[in-house]
Amino acid sequence: MSTQLSPSAAAERPKSEFAEPAQPYWKLVMRRFVKHRMAVAGAITLILLILMSFVGPLLSPYTFDGIDLPNSNQQWPSVAHWLGTDELGRDIFTRLMHAGRISLSVGLSVAFLGVVIGTIVGGLAGYFGKWVDMAGMRVTDVFLSIPILMLLMVMMKFLGKDLAVIVLILGATSWMGVARLVRGEFLSLRNQEFIEASHAQGASSVWIMIRHMLPNALAPIFVAATLGVADAIMLESALSFLGFGIQPPTPSWGNMLTDAQQYMISTPWLAFYPGLLIFLTVASINFVGDGLRDALDPKLKR
Amino acid sequence: MGAYVIRRLLGAIPLLLVITAMVFSLMQLAPGGPLAVYGENPHLTAADLEAIKVAMGLDKPPAIQYLYWLKEVVQLNFGHSLFTGRAVMEMIGERLPATLLLMTVAMGFSLLVGIVLGVISAIKQYSKFDFTVTTLAFVGYSLPPFWFGIVLMIVFASTLQWLPAGGLADYGQEGNPLNVLSHLVLPAAMLSILQIASWSRYTRSSMLEVVRQEYIRTARAKGLDEWSVIVKHGLRNGLIPVVTVVALSLPSLFAGAIMTETIFTWPGVGRLFFDALTKSDYPVLMAILTISASLVVIGNLLADMIYALLDPRIRLS
Repeated sequence: MSTQLSPSAAAERPKSEFAEPAQPYWKLVMRRFVKHRMAVAGAITLILLILMSFVGPLLSPYTFDGIDLPNSNQQWPSVAHWLGTDELGRDIFTRLMHAGRISLSVGLSVAFLGVVIGTIVGGLAGYFGKWVDMAGMRVTDVFLSIPILMLLMVMMKFLGKDLAVIVLILGATSWMGVARLVRGEFLSLRNQEFIEASHAQGASSVWIMIRHMLPNALAPIFVAATLGVADAIMLESALSFLGFGIQPPTPSWGNMLTDAQQYMISTPWLAFYPGLLIFLTVASINFVGDGLRDALDPKLKR
Repeated sequence: MGAYVIRRLLGAIPLLLVITAMVFSLMQLAPGGPLAVYGENPHLTAADLEAIKVAMGLDKPPAIQYLYWLKEVVQLNFGHSLFTGRAVMEMIGERLPATLLLMTVAMGFSLLVGIVLGVISAIKQYSKFDFTVTTLAFVGYSLPPFWFGIVLMIVFASTLQWLPAGGLADYGQEGNPLNVLSHLVLPAAMLSILQIASWSRYTRSSMLEVVRQEYIRTARAKGLDEWSVIVKHGLRNGLIPVVTVVALSLPSLFAGAIMTETIFTWPGVGRLFFDALTKSDYPVLMAILTISASLVVIGNLLADMIYALLDPRIRLS
């Protein structure tokens, strides 16, 4: 890639960019992000959901597993139970909030784990090329070829349904996208002059990768990580719904939906809340991710 | 092209080997080993279990077991179910038509709707229609498919009672296409929603790329009507990248089938997988995992070849 701007590229640059006073990168990013209305709406929804999940249960007079049989399956929302109670008289709203805590934590940890693994695999493949690249990408292909939901169901069945196991397994199977992305970034960075300069100065491979290449690939990684949280929440909910994820009595939006499915005829609205929360969470994260992509790197736009 | 096909086919073999090895090692993690289910049977003594173990070759080291298994797998023999004792391939074969029916209908419907929405979106970029489709695609993307299925069931089956809630057909009505169709509507709708969202997005961006090309300008300059320009010159080129994405969507289609078949008790392979997993019927699990992973590999291969065939600009070296 040539570093000189061709005349046409220079002409295409919007004028405003020249007129703007120099400002920190993150301020620029913020300004671009705020212009994306759906992303802002997503961010606000997400903050509300986080508050609800992490602060909400502390304010609730009920616990997520407090059984109260005389008050089971309350049909209408009441002052005592805002969204009613389930078949064991447990307060639905408290359970939903607690489930959110679990889903969000699982989503965040899984995305983090996936990004770390993906960055390492993709980074090594892209930096070293040759057989390292071959090996790394074939492993990625294998993971991409096995339908992940099936693989996860089997692994959960065999390795136990502990929360930590769920996070580890989901993380171990959700790094492929990031790996491909980082590999591509590193491949294109590898031959750039500042990397050659660093080589010439005798910098070690690890130093070059971490200090010079990674920061240049950070924007797309960050976007992928955000979208990864949404994917992880969706997968965890699907697994929990099918009975291979988070196990009752610990509530998760997925397993609350399974419970509700059994009472579909008598109390169909119970199926409404958990799904709506999964949807709101996933949608707002996706919108935030979309906004971040536009804000961090306008070149990537669509 | 011939050399390219052969090279790609050869390249797929190690991939398939690694996948089978992975599926096989996965089963080594099974708690209590593959014979744990027999251990629950009070009529079997320890000596019997030992005899079964030897008869099944489970006393040999895992690597040898893998080779024995692989030898049968390449001949499409996946052994017998631990529960019914029937050949696994026979059980899958029985369930396959239902799954194929569901997948084809869902795929066909979602491709049709997705492509039409995507093309109109692209032609009318930034219009109200485009904005609505884009937003709806985002919604569809974020919608948990299993929840969507349950909501469909609650609304159309249990509340309005317009459509049946599950199964392939009513008892004794399996030969009646209309009856099967009525059972197919809800599961197919559930399976389609996510796909429609992604097809409309892919088609839109692909078409946006195409309509800026010079051959489109040429077609317009020739005085062709808009329909020919968009469909004959635009769409035919715009759909080429979509072909690849269709193949890449196979895993998500399989995942969708498992959820759909579980919710709507659709007697397909996805449901068979779910049941086999709850019962720890390992031969069935291994077969379905191996077959679906192989299908994904073959699908990717086909997509690359079709892509190369459709777009002569692709260099095969």
